[in-house]
Amino acid sequence: MTVGSRFRWNMHVQGWLMVFPAVVLLAAFTHIPAVATFIDSFYSTPHGTKPSHYIGVAQYSNMIADPIFWQALRNNLLYALITVPASIALALIMAIWVNGKIGGRAFLRLAFFTPTILPMIAAANIWLFFYTPDYGLLDQIAHLLGFRGVNWLGDTTTALPSVMAVTIWKESGFFMIFYLAALQQVPPDLYEAARMENAGAWQVFARITWPLLMPTTLFVAVNALINAFRIVDQVIAMTGGEPNNTTTLLLFYIYQVAFSFWDSGYAAALSSVLLAVLAIVALGQFFLLDRRVHYR
Amino acid sequence: MNFFARALVGAALATAAYIVPASATEITFYYPIAVGGPITKIFDGYVAAFEKQNPDITVKPVYTGSYQDSIVKAMTAARAGNAPDAAVLLSTDMFTLIDAGMIEPIDKLAASSDDKDWLKAFYPAFMANSQADGHTWGVPFQRSTIVQYYNKEAFKKAGLDPEKAPATWDELVADGKKLTVKDGSGNVKQWGVEIPSSGFPYWLFQALVIQNGADLANQNGTKVNFNGPKVVEAAQFLYDLSNKYDVMPKGIIDWGTTPKDFFQGKTAIMWTTTGNLTNVRKNAPFAFGVAPMPKKVQGGSPTGGGNIYIFKNKDKAKEDAALKLAKFLTSKDMAADWSIQTGYVATRPDSWETDKMKAYVKDFPPAAVARDQLKEAKAELSTHDNQRVTKALDDALQAILASNKPVKPALDRAEQEATRILRQYQN
Repeated sequence: MTVGSRFRWNMHVQGWLMVFPAVVLLAAFTHIPAVATFIDSFYSTPHGTKPSHYIGVAQYSNMIADPIFWQALRNNLLYALITVPASIALALIMAIWVNGKIGGRAFLRLAFFTPTILPMIAAANIWLFFYTPDYGLLDQIAHLLGFRGVNWLGDTTTALPSVMAVTIWKESGFFMIFYLAALQQVPPDLYEAARMENAGAWQVFARITWPLLMPTTLFVAVNALINAFRIVDQVIAMTGGEPNNTTTLLLFYIYQVAFSFWDSGYAAALSSVLLAVLAIVALGQFFLLDRRVHYR
Repeated sequence: MNFFARALVGAALATAAYIVPASATEITFYYPIAVGGPITKIFDGYVAAFEKQNPDITVKPVYTGSYQDSIVKAMTAARAGNAPDAAVLLSTDMFTLIDAGMIEPIDKLAASSDDKDWLKAFYPAFMANSQADGHTWGVPFQRSTIVQYYNKEAFKKAGLDPEKAPATWDELVADGKKLTVKDGSGNVKQWGVEIPSSGFPYWLFQALVIQNGADLANQNGTKVNFNGPKVVEAAQFLYDLSNKYDVMPKGIIDWGTTPKDFFQGKTAIMWTTTGNLTNVRKNAPFAFGVAPMPKKVQGGSPTGGGNIYIFKNKDKAKEDAALKLAKFLTSKDMAADWSIQTGYVATRPDSWETDKMKAYVKDFPPAAVARDQLKEAKAELSTHDNQRVTKALDDALQAILASNKPVKPALDRAEQEATRILRQYQN
């Protein structure tokens, strides 16, 4: 063995040794459970004296026949479709605003970021007070203006939008930070050039700012979408999926099936579907959107 | 590791395992908190008193959160082979625990004649949720029923007799109409009545069903009656309170904020658990009354709350210690003390005869309303695969109340769903 190849071999061993702790942790707490969940989804739920046995795709055909699953999926898609673009748009507007040279800028930035610092349960409780029928904040304002009160979380038409509003309020401050950082990376000479060409404000945004923010937008969008499918604490704290499952999202339904109904086999099948949805979301965004993202 | 070393470790472990049970029996006891007050402190006091009486037993009390958290923790621990020895869990969790094979029938452990007398000491209405398939699976501990709380001042203002709460459905509607107050622009300032419909609407709905002379399930938890004519009639009445008679807010009424609505004068009557008695006594800024449920063909309410269960254990000494603890906590004096400190209904007739309880009722007569109502009380809805079956009914009720779904088809669907789930338990 030559000195060079031994050195290279050593380097490989060393490299593997260095990633070893991370690989072990990831495998033990992420990959092995995910695979085990997928395998479990082909077995029945053990029931006292009856041990679990192989039942093929029965859990999945149950799922297709389960109206609550479809409602949870529909709710979740709607939830993602509305909260993701809305919080991104709001984040961008806030970032551009607090990036400008205005008085009290630090205070404004802090104010926008505050919702992110709050734990979700605390935020949910604040909003529960806003939404309380009749003497909650929203209804008190409505009464002042002469409108009737709304039973925000107790009405099937307003319950899901009310939960969405909390997410948008909480997420956009967080995403604003990323946009703010990205905005400060945009080279000022581009703006100077635009000014010399007499470009309008909209043109500057469309031709310079937005394209240069694209990598950030991609990053934020992937995160927001994944979060939209991972949300559960807020549903537990605010509505418990009520009324009549109108605010049931996928992960909440999985929790309910696993820890209220104790149907671990079905919960495993539902989890597998959620995993698949998340994988598709991530892959789709990386492969499709990547082409349209401008990297420097 | 060579054979010798392995043998050595094995021997060491065996010795350790042998030494531990030789000392006093140690048992763990899970309990949830579902009402206000310094419950953990009260429990620690009870446990200390028990240990003084039984120096050979050590009890480790573990506060396990809400009822829902507690059943999750108890069942997960049991699956991991680390079950609590005794736990306070919802009386309606009985079938779930039986089906999981986790609990021991208490009548099997309670062998002495003293033990047998103890099991006979409780109100039959509470025992109904403790018995199935010829066995007793839990003993009543923190139990409740639904009662009407009403604002006497609002009754006076509406020209009603403040000493007379609505005693029938018709009176509920008539009084409710008088009690509903609107301002100039048509906004309701005060509703006649609130019957909460969030979280577990089936429970309050079951009261209406019982009053209408029907019930929702059989004793063995294998069959439900969600769409019988009397059940449909009860659901229609609940819907009509908001949508026809206009005496109750529309949509879902939140369980948690109902007492606050009552304190703030937003509703003149509320239906809620007797467990709220102490809360209302402390917080209502006006004179209030407590009354039994109104009648349609009869009065009555489902019972509610938690029982003490004993978990299976290979170590007989632990099961016996858990039984002793359960017996201690549900003795007539402890039941009286627990009732006074929390507002739960004392679970056995003889505890109402204790001097302490007599003095309490004399000072605060509403405490006896729930007891007197027990004559007409029925078991809370409880079936195999309980959470799923009750959810079918909850969903139907919320569909009726929040999205104006027609009553009969919604209940038909709940019946179908529940029957499908229960098929595997019927033999």
